[in-house]
Amino acid sequence: MTPAPRPPHRTSDLHAVLSIEALRKRYRLEGAMVLDGLELQLQAGEFIAIMGESGAGKSTLLNIIAGLDRPDSGRVLLDGTDVGALDDDASTRLRRAHIGFIFQAFHVLPYLTVLQNVALPLELLALERSQREPRALQWLERCGIAALAQRYPRELSGGELQRIAIARALVHEPALVLADEPTGNLDAATAAQILALLRQQVHASGASAILITHSLAAAHSADRIWQLQAGRLEPLAS
Amino acid sequence: MNAWRGAWVAWRVLSLAQWREQPLRVLTTVLAISLGVALGAAVYLINTASLMQFDQATRRLLGDADIIVRGPVSGFDESVFVTLAQDRDVSVASPVLELDLALAQADHPTLKVVALDPLRALALQPQLALPLGADITALFAHDAIVLSRAAASALGLQRSGVLSVVVDGTVRSLRVIDVLPADAYPQALGIMDIGAAQWSLARLGKLNRVDLRLRPGVDPDSVRARLGLALPAGVFALTPQIERGRAASVTRAYRVNLDVLALVALLTGAFLIFSTQWLSVLRRRVALGLLRALGVTRHELRLALLAESAASGLAGSVLGVLLGTGTALLMLRYLGADLGSPQYAALGAALRVHAVPLLCFLLIGTGAACAGGALPALQAARRAPALALKAGDAEQDLSRLRTTLPGLALSALGALLAWLPPTGGLPIAGYLSIAALLFGSVLLVPAVTRRALAAIPASGRLIFDTALAQLRGSPASVSVSLSSIIVSFSLMVAMAIMVHSFRASFELWLTKLLPSDLQLRLGEGDDSAALTASMQARIGAVPGVARVEFRRLRPILLQAGRAPVTLIARDMAGQRAADALPLLREAPPPAGAPLPPAWISEAVQDLYGLRPGQLLELPLDGRISRFFIAGIWRDYVRSAGAIVIRRQDYLSSTGDASANYASIWRQPDSSESAIEAQIRAALGVGAALEIISSPELRERSLMAFDRAFVITYALEAVAVLIGLLGVSVAAS
Repeated sequence: MTPAPRPPHRTSDLHAVLSIEALRKRYRLEGAMVLDGLELQLQAGEFIAIMGESGAGKSTLLNIIAGLDRPDSGRVLLDGTDVGALDDDASTRLRRAHIGFIFQAFHVLPYLTVLQNVALPLELLALERSQREPRALQWLERCGIAALAQRYPRELSGGELQRIAIARALVHEPALVLADEPTGNLDAATAAQILALLRQQVHASGASAILITHSLAAAHSADRIWQLQAGRLEPLAS
Repeated sequence: MNAWRGAWVAWRVLSLAQWREQPLRVLTTVLAISLGVALGAAVYLINTASLMQFDQATRRLLGDADIIVRGPVSGFDESVFVTLAQDRDVSVASPVLELDLALAQADHPTLKVVALDPLRALALQPQLALPLGADITALFAHDAIVLSRAAASALGLQRSGVLSVVVDGTVRSLRVIDVLPADAYPQALGIMDIGAAQWSLARLGKLNRVDLRLRPGVDPDSVRARLGLALPAGVFALTPQIERGRAASVTRAYRVNLDVLALVALLTGAFLIFSTQWLSVLRRRVALGLLRALGVTRHELRLALLAESAASGLAGSVLGVLLGTGTALLMLRYLGADLGSPQYAALGAALRVHAVPLLCFLLIGTGAACAGGALPALQAARRAPALALKAGDAEQDLSRLRTTLPGLALSALGALLAWLPPTGGLPIAGYLSIAALLFGSVLLVPAVTRRALAAIPASGRLIFDTALAQLRGSPASVSVSLSSIIVSFSLMVAMAIMVHSFRASFELWLTKLLPSDLQLRLGEGDDSAALTASMQARIGAVPGVARVEFRRLRPILLQAGRAPVTLIARDMAGQRAADALPLLREAPPPAGAPLPPAWISEAVQDLYGLRPGQLLELPLDGRISRFFIAGIWRDYVRSAGAIVIRRQDYLSSTGDASANYASIWRQPDSSESAIEAQIRAALGVGAALEIISSPELRERSLMAFDRAFVITYALEAVAVLIGLLGVSVAAS
């Protein structure tokens, strides 16, 4: 099924895309409480950054939001759906339709062309080739890499790979984009370009986004910045 | 979106990755499966061609009979025929004498002859009797014989030719009055009139088969049971199906062994699929994690990975079926259908390809590949995608597998299964034991690997220690690679050890059984030729002969559905059984009334469930003679079983003083060739008499052994190839 296109972000129609209530999670091996009653409200079209030290639980939080990991207690509501209450198949289908991922290591499949990589989420949503390729091309154009459509990832630079990842994360117009250290493997100049592109395209698509980062400079591209500390989110700046 | 769509996308992405990144691995696994399937298909097709040819021949011999009454080759009194023919439920009865006739012709020791009543045979065996021609009275002449086309061409005879046969120590001539058309009977056969054969072949008053057609509406099973009760000992009323199945039953163990060897090759291919998929899943864990993160469900991923194995299996199976069919075609055309076993020598067997069995081979090959890929697929689908996307998780899921206890349990089970008796005459438990031991060993590899790696001390050399650390850090991957090598190599080594130790044992066995200087044989079995008492005396009187031991071999039927057992009555005067036979076990004589001893071969023990010390009842010349089982001996030659008794006991049970084998010891100053020449001159039976030195017979026997194992060697070569492929997969 094709997801309905989202209108551009307008502050007047804000509602909570993501709502996290009293989230708790303890690391199984170490036994440490990594998330301890964490609360978060993310409005539609809002772009926030979460900072924190290594091991603070940033990636764990992202995985729980995406349904890739389960909390010990608490609730994660994505567009009103309790992600934790879904079985694995249902949370996978939710992820397929409503979440876009951007990873630090890009995770672009090396044996698919750039176009095929970007079209992959649409293929999983069962769009016909005649529909998915023009849409993937459109997103490659928005990310400034349309000329690379038929190239293979091994021929591309880190910045170009992350542009592909951004296009892939947004091509199916998800409600929520989760970006885990998307500039961690890039030089400062390229990182700035990528963050600008990410912000611009997230806002253009009407999606909400959570950016996980160590870098304050990167975090400043977000609308609000939160600090993950002692298992809870504290506002750092807006 | 249904699961197939997601699985299709995942399969396309993953297969593309597999093919791009490891084309050699993919090709290797496809080739391994194809070799296993090719072996199975080729063995099956050749077996089928051979058995169908035998079946066709047997159907023509048996014709439309409802019941076959069969006795020992030496025959039963023809009054049995009269009784049967007069039975209220019998419509037609046809007397038959079926013999392997000794020929006085070099290179062709025997010819199968069926002697029947042509007029009755027209009703019961029309396919055999009709081609005899309009005037069948010519067949009534005492020396007339009709040959099948195969027999005529093998013997180099035509119509009006003369066939020299050996009967009771003398050479007699039979006139070839006709040659049947090639399609009348596919194998070598001679046909005679029953009366003429009884006269000419010294079987007056004797039959060994009666074919019966029953009146309409009569239940054959109840008649068969009723008739069976009134028959003499050693004579059975059989269904035509049992008769037709005899050729198949004689070669069944050999065929099953070949099938199992092919199956083992296929299983090795499946294990290669397992190790390839396992390692490949490890290598592609990031791609798998990404697909899960992007929305491929566990079920879809599992399906995709299974489909990947199935695709390799299907490609390998298609290739294997084509290869197997081609191999069978070439072997049937250029090497015959015997697969190294003389019992299989079906003349003119042709390839018959049917779609269903070949489809089964496609399914078996694909199924084996899917079975090999199932565990890696399950593991990959179970793996948490968040972990898979991180570096360094490769070992976590693998190390969770607890394999030591199952490995020990399987090994113990394998050791127990090895002691179980055969099932239906086949060593099914033995095959399962090998499988259990093999997989048990494989499951123990991770524990052994971990301990072995932990025991290796650091060397202080950077490269070595880094490599060691790398191996210690990935014990599961190392175990999978090692297992692949173990399975591949154990197959090679096991087959090599089996064949070579079997050959060495066979050689020792021959030495034990052939202690004399010369071996003499007159005809195979006892059908027409035998050494009479006077001939035996003449052999003993030949100058230079120090000692002679005579043996009488004859097939006897112990059970209706089984192949005949070979009875060996041998001179054992002054010898201990342990000196004369390769004994495995002995039993003391039972208390009470003394019974003569009999020593049964292992095959008789297994097939008939007999044990040392038990009573053994043998049907000899229509009467039951009682023996006690004095021991078990090893016989590598007669898979249907053999029983040794003392010749004096045989003589007192049957009155038959003839023999057909002899072992001859010469005096120190005599020559073998001179003794041979004098024996030939003294007996005057031409080429029907075979005399050979014991070393030469041992040599010939070993050559026959090697020939019988040609197919096994071929299978071993393929196993070596698959093993090497396995090593290359594991090492790449």
